[in-house]
Amino acid sequence: MSAIDLSPALSDAVATRFARRRLLSLGIPALVLAYLVYAAISFDLAGLAGRARMDNASVLLSDFWLHKTHVTRQNRTGALSVAIDGEAKGTYPADRLPDWIARDGQTTTIDLGDGHLVTYLPGGARYDVPDYGVIDIREGADGVQLTAPQPLPDWINASDTRVSVTTDAGRFAYTRAKAETFRYQPGWALFFFALDSPFHYMSWPQIAASALWGDRVDPSMPNIVAMAQDFWNNPMWRHGDVIWAMFETVLMAFLGTFGAALIALPLGFMAARNMMPFGPLRFALRRVFDFIRGVDGLIWTIVLARAFGPGPMTGSLAIMLTDTGSFGKMFSEAFENIDEKQVEGIRSTGANGLQRARFGVLPQVMPVLLSQVLYFLESNTRGATVIGAIVGGGIGLLLTQAIQTQKDWEDVAYYMVLIVLTVMAMDSLSGWLRRKLIMGE
Amino acid sequence: MPDSAIPATSRPDMAATSHAYFELLRRRRLYGGILLILFVALMVSGFRLAESRNAGGFIDGLPMLLAFPAEVVAEAWEKRAALPGIFIEHFPSLIETLNIAAVSTLLGGIAAMILALLSTRGLARWPRLTGLFRRLMDMFRAIPEIVIALLLIYILGGGPVPAVIAISLHTAGALGKLFSEAAENADRKPVEGLSSVGATWSQQMWLGVIPQVAPNWLSYALLRFEINVRASAILGFVGEGGIGYDLKIAMQWGMGRYDQVVGIFLLLFMAIVLIDRLSDHLRNRLVKG
Repeated sequence: MSAIDLSPALSDAVATRFARRRLLSLGIPALVLAYLVYAAISFDLAGLAGRARMDNASVLLSDFWLHKTHVTRQNRTGALSVAIDGEAKGTYPADRLPDWIARDGQTTTIDLGDGHLVTYLPGGARYDVPDYGVIDIREGADGVQLTAPQPLPDWINASDTRVSVTTDAGRFAYTRAKAETFRYQPGWALFFFALDSPFHYMSWPQIAASALWGDRVDPSMPNIVAMAQDFWNNPMWRHGDVIWAMFETVLMAFLGTFGAALIALPLGFMAARNMMPFGPLRFALRRVFDFIRGVDGLIWTIVLARAFGPGPMTGSLAIMLTDTGSFGKMFSEAFENIDEKQVEGIRSTGANGLQRARFGVLPQVMPVLLSQVLYFLESNTRGATVIGAIVGGGIGLLLTQAIQTQKDWEDVAYYMVLIVLTVMAMDSLSGWLRRKLIMGE
Repeated sequence: MPDSAIPATSRPDMAATSHAYFELLRRRRLYGGILLILFVALMVSGFRLAESRNAGGFIDGLPMLLAFPAEVVAEAWEKRAALPGIFIEHFPSLIETLNIAAVSTLLGGIAAMILALLSTRGLARWPRLTGLFRRLMDMFRAIPEIVIALLLIYILGGGPVPAVIAISLHTAGALGKLFSEAAENADRKPVEGLSSVGATWSQQMWLGVIPQVAPNWLSYALLRFEINVRASAILGFVGEGGIGYDLKIAMQWGMGRYDQVVGIFLLLFMAIVLIDRLSDHLRNRLVKG
């Protein structure tokens, strides 16, 4: 027989195998595609277009990085208020209005930029739109009268009681009760210092100068402390509360992960075949691990929240319980895979069981266990956000609340950035620790 | 110095060596001890802090731990005859949850394949952009699913699609990293061979790399599917859709509907255990051939 047999039987076999392979490489993508089509139908993808609210999407995206300043005049009293997002805590003091608003007796001029100029006059208002003309509003006996170049474009909406104008520069609305202008500007307003802080009215070089050698704004403390306090207690962004919540989330992950590791270490030891000679206990422990993992974190979280109430401890206990199951299984497998020779060596010196475990087993498995624990720490930081949303603790709670109010989208963006940065920081921290502890520097 | 008195030819001073050894041991034990004390202190103070910010204390809650499950199980036991009916009633929701997990694993897996190949050194289509694709995967991994899901619920309304997109994004990031690590270890010879006959980049990847890494990738994807089933149930509980949502509704009804809670719970439990077993078995076969 020659080494290469080119008999028809072999070539047939090869050909059929090729055909099967070709069928498989076409069949699997076809199967996947068919499944996705089925899923699209069962998820009602076609109806989604009707339900989707694209206006919500644009509100959300612009609110993420824009802020809105309301300039409102009560027409009856003539009182003017300038407030960021229309909130009381974002209201400018009357003597410190932003420089794009000018007051001259009864007249207020609002410069919206790009030549857009809104003027509040006694008994009316005027909006100067470049490339269009002047929109003039007078209060008459029978309502609000509008004078503007005809025909009216569709971005002007006028009736007897209300005139509203929407342009790229901002929005303007006039009723008998009040005249309102909204100006949109990029950036998160008042992120560092709110309007009640003297530092809001300084530029960055001024702030740096006053922190280093400037006169004390508040005689009782250095400027840098005053700055830290004003930042921490910022009423618009509540940095103090947010950082605390983020810390709580990390705390939940830390306590949960390491607590679970501490509990799972002896349990995993007892569930390993080569460590625990007593079979029934081993079997029982393994079923317990399976049960804990099978029940799933969601259920444990609900049960624990009933007993301990909402808060970070409940969250950390939930993580602890769920991970005890995973760690128990993983640890016992790691114990089963050790090299017996080292244990043998320790035994030959007359060491007892505990000493064999400490000097023969632990040094071998420690790097493996630690690496798994650190990996879980990182993923639990992310998981703690979700658990926080269920048990009501940490940044998860703040986030779900901010989303449910459906207006504080800049807060949502802030929390998201914070969460992503924290998770990435935990990722690099656990990676650094893994390298340091396991690979030895 | 006593050392200088010893002639160079003499045997090494065992006492000095053992002294140095014990010195080293002592220092290591000291550092280990300090680390241990620090760790224990962190755990204890952290736990006390968490407890102080919790609504209920640990000791007070401990006896209550079994009260709620006991109440639920007792009520469900009385109505045990209704359980099969509850299973059938909620089975479509379970299928929806599993579909969400499967579709997101598929979509996320496909995205992860592309991202992984684009960010693996030596295989990347645009070698300069590997860093960019890596950071992109880091981002996808870091954003919790719940954030994306809740934002998308606001835009897209309820239903399973927000959950699918949220889990897919996370899966793309998580699997992409693992895929890329597996692809890094792939043999480069088939790729070189293919490129020498003028194959395009996608042909090189499809015919040269993917057949090599397919078992590994499939095994990672199966593991991810297990994780995604759980994530999909949790997202249902927080947002809407699937068995998680049913569970939330049943919990909100409270007393009198606990048979529903137990039924849904058992359904979810059985599904998770079954899927874990199946995927364990499949992964064993994939890795061992």
